[in-house]
Amino acid sequence: MTITSKRTIIDIRGIRKTYVLGEENIVHALNGVDLQIVEGSYVAIMGPSGSGKSTMLNILGCLDRPSDGEYFLGGDDVATMEDDLLSNIRGKRIGFIFQSYNLIPQLTVIENIQVPLIYQGVDLKDYYDRAVELATLVGLEERLDHRPNQLSGGQQQRVAIARSLINDPLMILADEPTGNLDSKTGLEVLDLIDQLNESGKTIVLVTHDPKVGDRSQRVIHMKDGLIDRDVTNR
Amino acid sequence: MNVSQLQSTVNLGIKSLLLHKLRSILTMLGIIFGVCSVIAMLAIGEGASFEAQEDIKRLGSNNIIIRSLKPPEDSNQQNNSGGSFAVEYGLTFDDSSRILSTIPGVKRVLPKRIIRENAIFGSEMVPVQVVGTYPFYPEMSGAELAGGRFLSVLDDRFKQNVCVITTGLSNRLFPYQNPLKHAIRVGDSYYRVVGIIREKNTADQRPQSGNMEGEALDNNIYISLATATSRFGETIVRRTSGSFEAETVQLHEITVQMENDESVFTADPQIRHMLNVKHDKNDYELIVPLQLLMQARKTQRMFNIVLGSIAAISLIVGGIGIMNIMLATVTERTREIGVRRALGAKKTDITTQFLVETVVLSIGGGLIGIVVGLVVPSLVTYFADMKTIVTPWSVIIAFGISGFIGILFGLYPARKAADLDPIDALRHE
Repeated sequence: MTITSKRTIIDIRGIRKTYVLGEENIVHALNGVDLQIVEGSYVAIMGPSGSGKSTMLNILGCLDRPSDGEYFLGGDDVATMEDDLLSNIRGKRIGFIFQSYNLIPQLTVIENIQVPLIYQGVDLKDYYDRAVELATLVGLEERLDHRPNQLSGGQQQRVAIARSLINDPLMILADEPTGNLDSKTGLEVLDLIDQLNESGKTIVLVTHDPKVGDRSQRVIHMKDGLIDRDVTNR
Repeated sequence: MNVSQLQSTVNLGIKSLLLHKLRSILTMLGIIFGVCSVIAMLAIGEGASFEAQEDIKRLGSNNIIIRSLKPPEDSNQQNNSGGSFAVEYGLTFDDSSRILSTIPGVKRVLPKRIIRENAIFGSEMVPVQVVGTYPFYPEMSGAELAGGRFLSVLDDRFKQNVCVITTGLSNRLFPYQNPLKHAIRVGDSYYRVVGIIREKNTADQRPQSGNMEGEALDNNIYISLATATSRFGETIVRRTSGSFEAETVQLHEITVQMENDESVFTADPQIRHMLNVKHDKNDYELIVPLQLLMQARKTQRMFNIVLGSIAAISLIVGGIGIMNIMLATVTERTREIGVRRALGAKKTDITTQFLVETVVLSIGGGLIGIVVGLVVPSLVTYFADMKTIVTPWSVIIAFGISGFIGILFGLYPARKAADLDPIDALRHE
């Protein structure tokens, strides 16, 4: 009951994605998906490879546009948005966490956290305190000037989490965030994500690991480009 | 894009370049050599032609110089007969006065007679050139009076045995003495020294009559033309290894001073034609310094174009080197590009980022190239003893081209980076 009273931030209607690989070879990665996600929820998208889960992730993350259908992110129609505006939306409304951390090797921890700010055209000095705050949140306040290659995998992923939060996005989009980590550090990272959700962040997590999916409130199982099951855990 | 954004992009570019120091330096080398060679080559070209042009200018740009030449057929005759007879050739007093009276635009005509003799004073004997000329010689040659006076009109009219000597000769013949009032013996006569002049070391002081021997150019005695003709006669006899050689030459050189530069060009063919009619033999040569100067300038322009093109090619090669490395860098950093795109970077942000890196490379290379380019000409001057002139515009051009090349050759890799699909870029291993 409490969930429905919240604002819907992701509203997807009849989304299709078709890849033309050759004249006879047309792949329908998404076959008309409807999905609504409300603010503050914790959603896991699961499914075997080829189920369309990666395509779903790309479209959710505004990295790709659907061939057909509507996608409203925070009220704006992003399905047909032009490239520059879409870049802006990605930077401002989505915080990405990748499987392989994807930090920029030549930058320090604090600089990596600040990267999304560069593209918002703000003065980095004004946000320095916030970057330090986020580094503290993920427990890396002692390592602000370290470079990614001086950090462990778990630490790098925590930098990535701090980076995803710097622009205060509408949702955190995590793609197999524990895929490259051992189970212990993986749990630590998942605990951190839980903590973010408890503080009100919307989390959308793509995984094939049922243990990871079980931690979420809602699990969306995909199959053949469609939503197969939509299960609410709690 | 605002200032702080640009600043952080430049900082980031420098950081990325510093990450691969060796690679960045090697990439810059192309531009360094290119800029350095543009500056150095133009400096060498400029310096070389400057000297040549100065030499020509010293001859006087509105002068036409006519010199007597021993015609080649005469030397042959002499060899065949093996005997001794006087060869008559060269410019005459008639030529001189005819030029003055018939060619339009002629201001003055300065004839010269040059005889090689020994000058004797006390126990000193120095081989000299006796130059018979007119009193206005210093005005036309640019020689300065260092003491006493030059020859006067009266000296000429009364065929006075007075002479003016050059400072070089004065030092040899009269070491630690004042030569004025002393008389020196040249040939059979004595000449009183009335003045000393300091010659500009010009090419037209070179001995004209007879063989060129390794003698200093500065050993000249000036006497009036009338004196020279009456004391030495028109036939000069020279004894060489048993046989002798006699030449009858009235004038060795005529310098025709024109009113202005334009009349030089009209007078040149007229004088040629006139001399051609009067002389059966090809026993004279015409030197037009202005023409030489223009030729020298033309040559210099050619030289500059050739050198400039070579240097420009090396700059382009440097640019291609940059492009090559940047293309490799783009491939290497595809993942980073994908991440940046995911984190909100627009295509233009990516273009700018890579463009800034190439511009930093090329401008950095350009600055180092300028420093090296300023050092190289002075090394050339020091070791090869060649004059070099670094012109400011060559520095500006070289630097401008290096910046331009950075942008030109950086644009393609940068655009390539920006056009990558973010999804593919993120998936790139």
